[in-house]
Amino acid sequence: MTSLIQKLWRMRGGVHPSFHKDESTHQPIQTAPIPPELVIPLQQHIGRSSIIKVVVGEKVLKGQLLAATNAVSPSAAVHAPTSGVVTAIEERLLPHPSGLSGQCIVIDTDGLDAWDESLASPTNNDYQSVANEQLLDLIEAAGIVGLGGAAFPSAVKLASVGESVIDTLIINGAECEPYISCDDQLMRERADEILIGIDILMQLLNAKRCLIGIENNKPDAIHALEVALSMQSNLKSIDKIAVASVPTMYPSGDARQLTKILTGVEIPKNVRSPSLGSICHNVATAYSIYQAVVESKPLVSRIVTVTGNGVKQPQNFEALIGTPFSFLVAQAGGYTKKAERLVMGGPMMGFALSTDDVPVVKATNCILVSSVDQLQLSDDDVTETEKIVMPCIRCGKCMDACPVSLLPQQMYWHTRAKDFEKVEEHKLSDCIECGACSYVCPSHIPLVDYFKFAKTEIRAQKLAAVKADQSRERHEFNEYRKVRDKEEREEKRRKQKEALQAKKAKESAESGAAETPAVDDKQDAIKAAMARAKAKKAARQAEKDGTAVAEPVVEDKQDLIKAAMARAQAKKAARLAETDTIKPTTDKQNAQQEDSNNAV
Amino acid sequence: MQFDTRTAGLVNDAPDISHLMKQVLVGLSLGIVTLFMFYGWGVLINLVLAIVFAVSLEAIALKVRNRPLKPFLNDWSAVVTACLFALTLPPLVSWWVLLVGLFFAIIVAKHLYGGIGYNPFNPAMVAYAVLIVSLPLQMSQWPGSFIFTGEWIGLGESLNIVFGAADTDWDAITRATPLDIVRTGLISGQPYSDIIIEEKFDFILFSHPMAVVSLAYLLGGVYLIKQGVISWRIPVSMLLGLAVSALVMWLIDSDSYASPSFHLLSGAAMLGAFFIATDPVSASTTPKGQLIYGASIGFFIYVIRTWGVYPDAVAFAVLIMNMAAPMIDYYTQPKVFGQANARRQRGRS
Repeated sequence: MTSLIQKLWRMRGGVHPSFHKDESTHQPIQTAPIPPELVIPLQQHIGRSSIIKVVVGEKVLKGQLLAATNAVSPSAAVHAPTSGVVTAIEERLLPHPSGLSGQCIVIDTDGLDAWDESLASPTNNDYQSVANEQLLDLIEAAGIVGLGGAAFPSAVKLASVGESVIDTLIINGAECEPYISCDDQLMRERADEILIGIDILMQLLNAKRCLIGIENNKPDAIHALEVALSMQSNLKSIDKIAVASVPTMYPSGDARQLTKILTGVEIPKNVRSPSLGSICHNVATAYSIYQAVVESKPLVSRIVTVTGNGVKQPQNFEALIGTPFSFLVAQAGGYTKKAERLVMGGPMMGFALSTDDVPVVKATNCILVSSVDQLQLSDDDVTETEKIVMPCIRCGKCMDACPVSLLPQQMYWHTRAKDFEKVEEHKLSDCIECGACSYVCPSHIPLVDYFKFAKTEIRAQKLAAVKADQSRERHEFNEYRKVRDKEEREEKRRKQKEALQAKKAKESAESGAAETPAVDDKQDAIKAAMARAKAKKAARQAEKDGTAVAEPVVEDKQDLIKAAMARAQAKKAARLAETDTIKPTTDKQNAQQEDSNNAV
Repeated sequence: MQFDTRTAGLVNDAPDISHLMKQVLVGLSLGIVTLFMFYGWGVLINLVLAIVFAVSLEAIALKVRNRPLKPFLNDWSAVVTACLFALTLPPLVSWWVLLVGLFFAIIVAKHLYGGIGYNPFNPAMVAYAVLIVSLPLQMSQWPGSFIFTGEWIGLGESLNIVFGAADTDWDAITRATPLDIVRTGLISGQPYSDIIIEEKFDFILFSHPMAVVSLAYLLGGVYLIKQGVISWRIPVSMLLGLAVSALVMWLIDSDSYASPSFHLLSGAAMLGAFFIATDPVSASTTPKGQLIYGASIGFFIYVIRTWGVYPDAVAFAVLIMNMAAPMIDYYTQPKVFGQANARRQRGRS
């Protein structure tokens, strides 16, 4: 078995904060009670929003489909976490760094927790005889997403492997973020189920081997999985699975970093891992796949770590999706006096929330409540609580800590100068935002915040550039179309005029009196001006007379309109001469664009 | 319940700038002690005066620039600049020379550019360069070690000399430095080996005080590398750059050119390599860049020492490379994760 792991490769950089995992692992995973109300966001995954399949007032059963996958782009189904009544489908606050709201289905729970009987009976233990397509369908139907935090729909990820040959399936149990222990406890308590999930994945991927990467600060989890491996002899791929204990070093749990540690392969930013022979799934995802395939249970709950010194009894809960944070914290004994910050995720990559009135989503691995100073991650007693941000002294500690070999000191410099072109030249887009640089900075500069800012700015600038281009094209085409239409009109009019003139000439020839041909614009304008002057005079006269007659005013107005029209025509003619240079080749293209615009 | 989102999650607790600066002082301490043992009270008077001047000037500059005093004085950077500057000056130098130098270091080189973190040039070296150009006499009056002069100058007398209260017979107490002796000797056509024998220098057996002091700096520098305060790249590449340049010329003509060990141990090479060239603000910061930066300094030290006007050249070499650091950094970006072996992997799959 150990022969599956030839050697471990070294990760570059990384930091070693104190991990604070013990606080939340004193007791086994508790099943959190059903809260009176569940708020289930439609979008809990990367991709498009799912399509709602229920209406307000509908009674739903546990596991019933609430929203189906969107066929257009990657998305994941959402199911009822328990039985109850849909009371609203509305915008609710989401657990998001920007405090965004989103469409949510609100369920008033009935406490019965009654399963939807129409779900396939849990006799599917014989997954080994099920075809791969069917397995994928099951995983897709269960709404499973990557539970390590990215929340990418798992079925899409598995299907994207395509023809690539997978050498190594990597199961990510590293859980390198401080404070978080949900994967740790899942591995300790449900190792058998995880292994079955892995067996299903192995069957799907036909991989040569599977390595379960676990940081060596979780000996219980490693032991539990090793015991399970030695007991579960009925699994088809049992001989291909091995547990790899990797050195504790943040951020070894990043999928690409773990791949490097276990296989030595560095997957570049723009390359998908299957094309280099590996694919990585989280342990909790493997467990959910087991639940979906073997127990026919969609993803309606997950393990959530509730921890930090702002919580009375830190522990892990199996919580229904949609459970409010406040409800879960109350289950952990409530807040202590030190509850000053609320973070979803860990202290390194998590984000602060302004309120606990948000639901647990599929990506919620940890609810961290703490005082400001507890987030200082070393064991040393630090006297000052507020650290002053000093100027960067370019010491390069961030560079040494960066797992992807960036130069944070240079990127910071250029970001401060808002020289985003230079920041991009320093490979900003490769930044995985792990926060190791911020953690080691002796000047206490929140480096990763600067990089997130730079990324957002660059994205906004690019979007603005694209939009400007589009509107410029649209404008140019509009102008061109005006000219073209006018040309056509003129042509038509000219023909009519010619016909008329021919007719007139004929007539005049008949009467014997030859008249000067058509009046041109200039003459029109002069005439109009004269008329206007006349009208004005008349008006003045009328005023003088003291008889305010409406008629001359009206006449005056009409004259004005006539004159304006004449002027406009003259101008148009001039512009026509100018814009004759527009290339007719763009005509077709623009017409197409116009068509498509109309279609939208 | 509502929460404050001001600091997102992480609060950094890494050792701060003042910790790094204090570590540098610890690293310097061995060198200071040896220097004191050989050259007497002048060394300590230099240090104390320099620190007093530097911190006062720093405080004034901060006040004028409307910056908070406490955090910036607490960073200890002015103290480190003061110590490095004081150690490059001849002991027993007049007090006002120190003041002028530190004015250039703290006010001109540091605060006119924006204070800590923003100075493109190493402040201590700017001060040294200004002084050696403007006050060559004062800067060249190195008192001889008491082991040569046979006289240990007491604290009171030292203070008198520094503050100009006594007429000093400089000829009696000063002595040319090894770099000076070898330089003038070589210029006058004496073979290098003869000069060394005549002066009883042996820079392999540490028979000269400067060699012992250099060794003390070397040990302090190794401590800093061990503590992770500085990286090995700049000192090692700088010493190699100097040694290789010296070795090549020495092998070509060992009579006209000094040996590598002489260059490494006779002057400020060790102090420069571990404490001056490694000033992070003005140095190159990329791994490859640091090697280029260090090696170039070593090379320039050799060139200026051998063919230049000034006997020691650490300050000029460092300042020259300070200018080049931004460009070096730009062209020596490391390959990011996945790029190093991207091509190979693509070829394989």
